[in-house]
Amino acid sequence: MPKIKLPTKSPKIDMTPMVDLFSVILIFLMLTTTMRQQEPETIDTPFSVSETPKLDYNTLTVLLAKDNKVFLNFDNGPDTILKYRPKILTAMGGRYNIEFTPRELREFEKYPSSMGVPILKMKEFLDTKGNKERAVFQTGIPVDSTDNQLALWVLFARQINPNIRVCILGDSKTEFPIVKKVLDIMQEKNVNKFNLITNLQAAKINIEEIQK
Amino acid sequence: MAEIIQEEKGKGGKKKAKTHVPHIDMTPMVDLMCLLIIFFMLTTAFNKQKIMEINLPEKVKDPNAVPPKISASRTLNIILGPDNKIYWYPGTVKPEDYNNLPPLRVTDFSPTGIRQLLLERNKSLFRKIDDFKSQVLKGKIVISPDSVKGAISKLKTDDDTGPIVLIKAYKTSTYGNFVDILDEMNICGIARYTFVDIWWYENKMVEAALAAAPTSPSTNK
Repeated sequence: MPKIKLPTKSPKIDMTPMVDLFSVILIFLMLTTTMRQQEPETIDTPFSVSETPKLDYNTLTVLLAKDNKVFLNFDNGPDTILKYRPKILTAMGGRYNIEFTPRELREFEKYPSSMGVPILKMKEFLDTKGNKERAVFQTGIPVDSTDNQLALWVLFARQINPNIRVCILGDSKTEFPIVKKVLDIMQEKNVNKFNLITNLQAAKINIEEIQK
Repeated sequence: MAEIIQEEKGKGGKKKAKTHVPHIDMTPMVDLMCLLIIFFMLTTAFNKQKIMEINLPEKVKDPNAVPPKISASRTLNIILGPDNKIYWYPGTVKPEDYNNLPPLRVTDFSPTGIRQLLLERNKSLFRKIDDFKSQVLKGKIVISPDSVKGAISKLKTDDDTGPIVLIKAYKTSTYGNFVDILDEMNICGIARYTFVDIWWYENKMVEAALAAAPTSPSTNK
């Protein structure tokens, strides 16, 4: 009987299907992901059991940072052709007699994260290049009764985009008086419905166990 | 990476130009893709922000408007205090009691604290909602997922025994407490709750409670 000689082969794995699979997953993840926007302040959102997902557009987000600064963000609407952001800025500039150039409006339209710039500094802010240089201007939006710019922003945002919904993104350590102040400003403008942005944390309760 | 490419051993003489299938080493590509996938998975999965809706009562612009009457026996006043504490008292304070304010009771955000308090008062409604949910889960009630929410809110509006919770915030409380207490309302299925301004006498009551029990670090949550 002749021995059957097995040919000694070096192990070789065909990676091609693996690469195919990975490509599919990668493309899927890249398309579904929405990049976390860099906020001017770190926000430690509180937790809740609410499972309603955040809306992708038609939102006006008021950001309440730990140091009681107020920031504001709103989007361009469901279609970028609507250009809500530059329209709101133009309206706001009109109130303060500030004329924004088309380049500045474009810059404002593209600006991705929340801004806390007083309107008088806005032109300077938009003309500045670089995030570090811009951060100097982020002193928070004035909310005092003498110069209540937050109320005006909300007013113009709601005039230009009637479907806008007010969201509040607060840090859990934010002190209550500033929250109250912002809520009052909103209610002055007849906004009574708020969406509080939270992170999901499930809570399971058993009524029999609790009552023991 | 470690791949041995076996050389074709020619028998000397003329080497035939063999049509060799070009072999590309995919391993570094796989490595890179793994990294990218891990990166995208981490940035997406932990970035799901949720919203919690709250409707605040409209500001009364007319000074002569009469506030709606609510029964005092069902009213539960919750005041958010400093250091994650919750002060509460049932009923209302009548004007003749302004010099003799009722004491506040204190609790916290633990499951045996405010949640137990709310569940005890909201037992019947919570049972109803709980039964309804478990029956839907077991398939005893066939209902579309969209109308579950509507059915629960119907149960809530029909309820007339649960507490009416008035949430107030003392000036040293935080936004986190505010969200937590609204969250407790959702967990316990409270049908009627709202957030209102704190009264001057309630501020006084909190100050009295704070003076009576100086905050020690061990009682903090």
